[in-house]
Amino acid sequence: MSPVDGAGRSNPNLPVDPAVNQGRIPGRAEEEIPELHEVDCPPELAERIETLMGRYPDRRSASIPALWAVQERYGWCTPEGIRQAAAVMRVTPAYLESVASFYDLLHTEPVGTHRIEVCTNISCWMRGGDRLLDAFKAAAEGDDANFFVTGFECLGACDIAPMASIDQRYYGPLEAAEAGVAIEQLRAGDEVLPEKALAKRGLAGDR
Amino acid sequence: MAHRLEKRVLLEHAEDPDLRTLDGYRRLAGGYETLERAYKEMEQDEVLQELEDSGLRGRGGAGFSMGKKASFLPRGDMAKYLCCNADESEPGAFKDRELMQRNPHQLIEGIAIAALAADAGHAFIFIRGEYDEQADILDAAVAEAYEAGYLGTNILGCHRDLELVVHRGAGAYICGEETALLDALEGKRGNPRLKPPFPAVQGLYGGPTLINNVETLSNVPHIVRRGAEWFKGFGTEQSPGTKVVSVSGGVRKPGNYEVELGIPTRELIYDLAGGPEEGHEIKAFFPGGSSSPVLKAEEGLDLPYSFEAMAEAGSMLGSGSIIVCDDRVSIPHLALRTARFYHHESCGKCVPCREGTNWTVKMLERMVRGEATPMDLDIVSSVQQNIIGHCLCVLGDSMAMPVGAMVRKFREEFEEVMANPDLVLDPHAVVQGAPETLGAST
Repeated sequence: MSPVDGAGRSNPNLPVDPAVNQGRIPGRAEEEIPELHEVDCPPELAERIETLMGRYPDRRSASIPALWAVQERYGWCTPEGIRQAAAVMRVTPAYLESVASFYDLLHTEPVGTHRIEVCTNISCWMRGGDRLLDAFKAAAEGDDANFFVTGFECLGACDIAPMASIDQRYYGPLEAAEAGVAIEQLRAGDEVLPEKALAKRGLAGDR
Repeated sequence: MAHRLEKRVLLEHAEDPDLRTLDGYRRLAGGYETLERAYKEMEQDEVLQELEDSGLRGRGGAGFSMGKKASFLPRGDMAKYLCCNADESEPGAFKDRELMQRNPHQLIEGIAIAALAADAGHAFIFIRGEYDEQADILDAAVAEAYEAGYLGTNILGCHRDLELVVHRGAGAYICGEETALLDALEGKRGNPRLKPPFPAVQGLYGGPTLINNVETLSNVPHIVRRGAEWFKGFGTEQSPGTKVVSVSGGVRKPGNYEVELGIPTRELIYDLAGGPEEGHEIKAFFPGGSSSPVLKAEEGLDLPYSFEAMAEAGSMLGSGSIIVCDDRVSIPHLALRTARFYHHESCGKCVPCREGTNWTVKMLERMVRGEATPMDLDIVSSVQQNIIGHCLCVLGDSMAMPVGAMVRKFREEFEEVMANPDLVLDPHAVVQGAPETLGAST
């Protein structure tokens, strides 16, 4: 029988029947799920991902948490790390890559140790978010190994605009000059801008 | 002390850091008493009826009746799910962050009671990845609730089970859309699904799923404890209850204020949030987050802050987030900033949204650079019209509505900026930076 095209018509010119080949490009093999012994996954990481999978009715639900675990371990979602997670989860690395590349907080390229996201959305923009971003970029300039500074969409803290998320903790409202202070504190390993931490603020109505 | 205009129900005792702990929640707020009564003494239908009678409307944006939504779930032995939408990513919204940070157990109790109403055995809190601090707080609170027997198997000896998982997202606005949230929770890229089937019928893992916002679920213990009539004693007939309103932008005291729905918008902005800064006036505001059409000060300030009044004025209450623009804000630049956000966050599944947000950004950039022609304003408007209603989800509409409203209501200002691109009211309001600077590509 000759191959059938997408509309169900018989087409003898098609090299391979797409229905038989599952729509894949002829000659290109299906990506395989790596075996655990091929990937050299650190036992703690494997155990962590297994625990995460156990929390859901379907193991695939653990893909974002597993990628967080990979990122925590390697600093970013490295191709090796993704292969390791894929081997533990029994999915293809391409599947996890497709997930990792969708989300802004999962990095598929190397980033600095400290991650600084400066909100540049409406409320922060009105109060100087762009200037704050520039100040952070200037203060961290030339030190890409330690700092990753990026503008970010609304972080959900318009009450402390302009603000930044530094290593996943919120600080604001920040003056541009405080960017340099924060970078120095991170370099020295000190507590960052203790007066400006969101966790220490009271309710707006009580102020 | 709370301001006389505030009516704290969800934020009661929220100033006390002890409220975060199980002991504090029990002591200060009578925590988990309602859960105990509901599980031991109430039938599923009683809880459902109470929620429906209360008229509680979803606090996430759409404002749909929470009780009705829960009643849409089919009955039967199949696995059912409850998802708490804590992906609060709408620019201007930060109420759920406050509620989770200050009172995590109120949310957990609400989830457990709503799970009884929906007959769900598995619940998830889908929290945006940026809210790491709040997710840690929830994790600790969930562990305490398991320990005390309010979650897990055979809860309080009532032969009912509920597993609750705090699931962290990883940074994508689209995941706040309920079907995209389900895809993300299933471990996929967060793309919206075609509706129908609605999640109530076919949601997470193909099972019936109830999805509610953090604030909606936080209201549940109060309604079940004090009754639907008590709840309807607050707010207006069509918008009962209190609302935590996030006020930000050009005001002196930005923050979350819990008020009765229907309060004059002017009192919210001027009396509670302190009004505009010295020497400035309010020009316009978003009444319900960045996706609500902007209202000019003169058309919106004297409206009651309720679902129905905002809808009548051609806007919406949305998530209850007011962003105030004072007279320094250049509306064309604001439109560009708004459009860039949606362009960046469009998942790319539907053409009108993916291409429409892209072209809107390009055209607005041309306008603020003075490269546009007068007919471009009409083209921008028609692009917005061609997005609305033509996609799987409302992300595209969420750009089209505010941008369309800005062009319509501030056309003269657009024309002025197009003719004199250097004329910007506030030099800091100039949009800098290319869209590429806004995080990784989505």
